[in-house]
Amino acid sequence: MNWDVVIGLETHVELSTQSKVFCGCSTAFGAPPNTLCCPVCLGLPGSLPVLNEQAVELALKAALALNCTVTPVSRFDRKNYFYPDLPKAYQISQLYAPLARDGHLDLPGGRRIRISEMHLEEDAGKLHHHADRTAVDYNRCGVPLVEIVTAPDLTGGEEAVAYLEQLRSILQYLGVSDCRMEEGSLRCDVNLSVRLAGSSELGTRTELKNLGSLRAVRLACEYEAQRQIAILESGGQVRCQTCRWDEEARRTVPMRDKEQVGDYRYFPDPDLPPLAVGEEWLTHLRAEQPELAHEKAARYARDWQLGEYDCATLTSRRGLAEFFEQVVALGAPPKQAANWIMGQVLRRLSADGLAVEEIPMSARSLADLIRLVEQGTVNRNTAVEVFDAVFTGGDPAEYVRTHRLEQSSDTEQIASVAADVLAQNHKSVEDWLSGKEKAAGFLVGQTMRALGGKAPPALVGDVVRQLLERERS
Amino acid sequence: MNQLFDLTALELARAIARGDVAQSDVIQGSADCIAVSDKLNCFTAISVSDPIAATPDSSLSGVPMAVKDNLCLAGTATTCASRMLRDFIPPYTAAAVEKLLCAGAVCMGKTNLDEFAIGSTSETSFFGPVKNPWNLEYSAGGSSGGSAAAVAAGLVWYALGSDTGGSIRHPAACCGVTGMKPTYGTVSRYGLVSYASSFDQIGPIARDAADCAAVLDIIRGHDRRDSTSLPGPYPSLSAQLTGDLRSVRIGIPDVYFDEAVDEPTRCAILSCADALRRRGATVELCRASGLEHAVHAYYVLACAQASSNLARYDGVRYGCRAEAAHDVQDLFVRSRSLGFGREVQRRILLGTYLLSDENYDTYYKKAVAVRHQVEGAFRALWHSYDLLLTPVFPGPPPKLGQKTNDPVALYQEDRYVACANLAGLPALSMPCGMRQEGLPIGVQLLGPRMSDGAVLNAAFAFQQETDFHRRHPPMFGLGGDAE
Repeated sequence: MNWDVVIGLETHVELSTQSKVFCGCSTAFGAPPNTLCCPVCLGLPGSLPVLNEQAVELALKAALALNCTVTPVSRFDRKNYFYPDLPKAYQISQLYAPLARDGHLDLPGGRRIRISEMHLEEDAGKLHHHADRTAVDYNRCGVPLVEIVTAPDLTGGEEAVAYLEQLRSILQYLGVSDCRMEEGSLRCDVNLSVRLAGSSELGTRTELKNLGSLRAVRLACEYEAQRQIAILESGGQVRCQTCRWDEEARRTVPMRDKEQVGDYRYFPDPDLPPLAVGEEWLTHLRAEQPELAHEKAARYARDWQLGEYDCATLTSRRGLAEFFEQVVALGAPPKQAANWIMGQVLRRLSADGLAVEEIPMSARSLADLIRLVEQGTVNRNTAVEVFDAVFTGGDPAEYVRTHRLEQSSDTEQIASVAADVLAQNHKSVEDWLSGKEKAAGFLVGQTMRALGGKAPPALVGDVVRQLLERERS
Repeated sequence: MNQLFDLTALELARAIARGDVAQSDVIQGSADCIAVSDKLNCFTAISVSDPIAATPDSSLSGVPMAVKDNLCLAGTATTCASRMLRDFIPPYTAAAVEKLLCAGAVCMGKTNLDEFAIGSTSETSFFGPVKNPWNLEYSAGGSSGGSAAAVAAGLVWYALGSDTGGSIRHPAACCGVTGMKPTYGTVSRYGLVSYASSFDQIGPIARDAADCAAVLDIIRGHDRRDSTSLPGPYPSLSAQLTGDLRSVRIGIPDVYFDEAVDEPTRCAILSCADALRRRGATVELCRASGLEHAVHAYYVLACAQASSNLARYDGVRYGCRAEAAHDVQDLFVRSRSLGFGREVQRRILLGTYLLSDENYDTYYKKAVAVRHQVEGAFRALWHSYDLLLTPVFPGPPPKLGQKTNDPVALYQEDRYVACANLAGLPALSMPCGMRQEGLPIGVQLLGPRMSDGAVLNAAFAFQQETDFHRRHPPMFGLGGDAE
């Protein structure tokens, strides 16, 4: 039997605000427990929530980029349940009138994944389990989240990952979230069911939680799909339940049956007035929306004939793409700029442990360096040396001048140096004469070295070959 | 000293400002009075705030007052008269209290109430019932019973209360003082422990309408810490007290002037109408429809909100924590069972039931629809009337212990007052007569949203015509001379 896998994702994304969604506490990651709390996020009696407009703005940016229809008047609802990490015993969320609905995200391959809704809510605290007790850290309480819910449009683990990567890229480009799965600023729950290929009816689904990485998402989807198929093929029935992904055992473990899930007694939060989003605000946000990764990639391919891999790498982070575009804008040929950035710049960032947003070199500096190579002032090898020297600051042309790195195109000077090299390497000359082509390369290299690298390699090759031909006759 | 107690808060502030009386003597007089009034059980805590040097233009500077114990005062226990919060000390002060303190008010203590302001007899308090200064066998009303009794007994010149479904107006009527629930959103709820957030509103209980206006002029205003706070503008209410009611149209809605209203109450309200007419108002009985189910909708919505607002008291972070729980779920159950009294538990259970998946549409959504209907009914009335006149409750105040076993009958009595909360209207209760048994009778005035000044002015006019607000229970002000 052939089976189709049907997946819907619920993704929680932490918004990059300075302060929490209903109070002024910091949202910084990694502070000592319970140091970023106030009466509001602790839900002390008499405290009241005040909506952070910045959180709304970031969520709206995401909604627009995901092609959603923004709800003109959305509302906040209380989701009531008792848990030690939830100080008010309710989470402020949006159920009845979420911030936005009916959007979509297009995957790189062109498949369109529908977004059914997205809403704003507050995060809960964190439990730390110790041998004899459990401690609660309320620092995360009230950190703003958007939950983005897809329709059941994804067809497997690979596609789920592709969706998340694309979503992450969009949100990072927008500055809406840093989307760090390892810090929990992007979290994803999977709803998965299988059905006979071609069937239009949805099967019984399970919900998968505790997916700490994209790899975990892919593996959990694959494992769970196979598990469900095995059950159905042996004549059994899939139970509607919530499962936890066990990273070590690489399998899904049932947590609880869905039927047992509590009744959250949602109702409109009387402490918060409805949230009206005017067309003016949206128009302003639309105008402000930056070009997104896939839009940039398409433009690079179209206008600059860059390959798919180059486009994808350069647009993987907004900071990198913007650096690339600046270098091109300063006159560097796009392909040269791309090669330098994907090669040397990424190498140095990785060696120096820097993020792409932290490139110390100016775009002007890299553009100048590329121009020096293009003009033949330095050869490529010398240019890499210059690059490393000016990466943390400095003017390439100045560096070349003060270190006398200009290459020489004076054929007579090269010929004289090459003649010396040939004279000192009889063995290699004879090898060449006896048909060993490799020997020429060695002699070219030796000549380059003797020239201090300051000559165009192609020219040196030509000169050496002319001298060798002369030897033959 | 004794004649000081006959002054209103405004008069006392002027006397202090003129130097006729020392502020320290006034505070001492009030403290002495409170000290010998234990039997009323007005206070949950007595602690005199350090007087702050107020701005010279403050109308109530130096006047002793009290604060209902569901309003936070930094560093002082805010118990809500519940075992649950017996030891809870908030790190902040409620916006309304802060404004009064900054205006030179002297807080003498926190007043007793129904547990979490849930109730209308002040009998559900963990600290025991508040007694009516007019007759100790009667309830002071509720839930702001402590505030009303303290003002009626002359222990303080005014007090803050909170009103979710009549909790200022009911005890004010029981105790023969003037209490005002302002328009919803005009006084910040920041620092008020929530019962039903969309109805809760802070207001004054005082000796007359002019004092209420003076207090409201200080505590009203926009506060960005409360998202339901209205932006204003907030014109002076005191300046609107002209006593002139010419061209003011007042209706007495038939639904609230029904057969349940007993003879003494009916007569008192009719003579109140006459007094208002003497000031130039037209007063007439009027038809009103669409208000019949207001009290039912009120209870559905209030219980639903209470079940959520009171869910945070789980024994984990502060408040009552039960011993010997075997897991965290058990800790929640035991702590809440131990910390909450019966009436609070009843409303939480009701609210939880009403909000459940299977009941949400049947009850909650329907109640919201009724609320809109009630708002519409009032809007229709405002076409023909500027203000409405109704009873506060239909008969004598409840005797202590009388109705605690019949909660539904008690809920029904809230129908005269809860409608104002449902529609967010300003509403005032003032004394307008005396029963044969020596207990005061109250009457309610209500108006459209933001007509607080008009409501107060009608009460002010009535109080210029009559002296019910100047009548005091026999024990009034005796504290100072008792020894």
